[in-house]
Amino acid sequence: MTQQTPKRIFVKGNEAIARGALAAGCRCYFGYPITPQNDIPEYMSKAIRDAGGQFVQAESEIAAANMVLGATACGIRAMTSSSSPGISLKQEAISYMAGSELPGVIVDMVRGGPGLGDIGPSQGDYFQATRGGGHGDYRLLVLAPASGQEAYDLTIKAFDLAFKYRNPVMILGDAILGQMKEPIVPWVPDNLDPDEAAHWQLDGAAGRPPRLHKSLFLQEGELAGQNIKLQKKYKAMEAEIDYEFFLVDDADLVVVAFGSIGRITKSTIRKLRAQGKKVGLIRPITVYPFPSEVLKDLATQGKRFLTIEHNMGQMVEDVRLAIRTITDSDFYGCLPGNLPTPDDFEEPILKALEG
Amino acid sequence: MEEQLVYTRPDVVADRATHYCPGCHHGTIHKLVAEALIDLGVVDKTICIGSIGCSVFIYNYLNLDTVEAPHGRAPAVATGVKRARPDKFVFSYQGDGDLASIGMAEIMHCANRGENVSVVFVNNTVYGMTGGQMAPTTLLGQKATTCPAGRCEELEGLPIRMAEIIGGLGATAYSARVAVDSIKHLKAAKKALRKAFACQVENRGFGFVEFLAACPTNWKMTPIQANERVASEMIPHFPLGTFKDTTGEEQ
Repeated sequence: MTQQTPKRIFVKGNEAIARGALAAGCRCYFGYPITPQNDIPEYMSKAIRDAGGQFVQAESEIAAANMVLGATACGIRAMTSSSSPGISLKQEAISYMAGSELPGVIVDMVRGGPGLGDIGPSQGDYFQATRGGGHGDYRLLVLAPASGQEAYDLTIKAFDLAFKYRNPVMILGDAILGQMKEPIVPWVPDNLDPDEAAHWQLDGAAGRPPRLHKSLFLQEGELAGQNIKLQKKYKAMEAEIDYEFFLVDDADLVVVAFGSIGRITKSTIRKLRAQGKKVGLIRPITVYPFPSEVLKDLATQGKRFLTIEHNMGQMVEDVRLAIRTITDSDFYGCLPGNLPTPDDFEEPILKALEG
Repeated sequence: MEEQLVYTRPDVVADRATHYCPGCHHGTIHKLVAEALIDLGVVDKTICIGSIGCSVFIYNYLNLDTVEAPHGRAPAVATGVKRARPDKFVFSYQGDGDLASIGMAEIMHCANRGENVSVVFVNNTVYGMTGGQMAPTTLLGQKATTCPAGRCEELEGLPIRMAEIIGGLGATAYSARVAVDSIKHLKAAKKALRKAFACQVENRGFGFVEFLAACPTNWKMTPIQANERVASEMIPHFPLGTFKDTTGEEQ
């Protein structure tokens, strides 16, 4: 159940995320400026304080992520946001949150890399986001919005999932999504449970035994036990798999693309459909867990695949893993830092369609 | 003669033996922390930030709500905790490698923001749990596994005096250096810690206490020799005293 406010607002994707976080009850935001996500801390520096929450411009991305760790250990909905090099710095805290089972939300508005790269759009952080990124054998839930509205909606969902699984959740966007302005309809969830963390939050051990959030397990067998528990949780997260199908049913060729590239590809497919070309799109919305079974089903139906990404080939590995016993996927990668248009994808799609 | 009970274990200290080496000062400092929390009446609303190294197991010895921080990041975690729950009493417990090396940025900025938290800094001039490597506080000439010939100024710089640095920051409410090598020092330490903690209770802001502590195992000394070294070698470089006090109370 949601309360729809009829008013449409015209905002950047970054601001949609910040507004979604506030609607989701986020009351602690900690961040450090880095392009192209600065609209998030800038918006939060006023709005979250107006909402009675806390904003800290931390001394570094490292400190910001650890502030999130501290706040979420207290059961408070907390978020940090950054872009590629900043996300690398946050990885240690993300690993600790995963190991300690704490529910932070981390936004990555990906820019070009490796290294300092540039500030233009890219999907080069797919591996980092979906493989854990930090040390240890852990996973994040990773949500990849393709529009301002979806950025808003998925940010609300990210907080719910983080607390449901007591695990960090990442919003994986890019500079296109963050900087593009479009209308969204904000809404406020009316089912927020103020006691969602009551049974584990730190608030002083008055009248109960002390609680401890830690990721250190030195006794023999203790870490193994914790890891078995975590792996069960990652398996359970498969219930959250989400994706968009676009003209897939009668398609000979299915394009697999996520986030902004998924949305741009949709325009290409519309154009090619008008020419009678049987092309469809599957856009993973959860890139971890990945919709592998869905892809495998499509492969068994005899469909062929082309993976398009704004990198030199990362998600294509997941696509190939999913369909490996049946078929393969072609790949088209556009170079980081450039802004691709629907026309750019026409030729690679036609080439794949012709086989 | 009738026996009279003059001292008992505070309830907040767990009834179990610690893993600390004989002669290590962590146990004494834990006890002082517990007593200060009891004195101020904040035990039930305390959230402790554990860090890295030997003292990571503070949560095994103090019955408090605790969260473990990554290496050096305890002041950032403490910031998050205090911002999330401003009505709670929040302190971090950190060693010298943790606070003065990898965590230098976090401690400086936490103090400089005037976060209303308290920091217990245990300086034993060496990386303890990791096996005796050089710390930022290792004294000149002191041997460690990564400066086997002794710390040398030309190669490794001078040992960092944290209580003075923190005391020099505008937003610090209280900063002091204490030791627990003698009854006299222990009494002063107790007073200083209580004052630092009281700053948070009274919303004055950031309170910092540096404890000079013994590490007999890594110093390769007996407990008694190690205790004596605190007075003979450490205090001359790390003078005891108060470096910032905004409480206006007499020392």
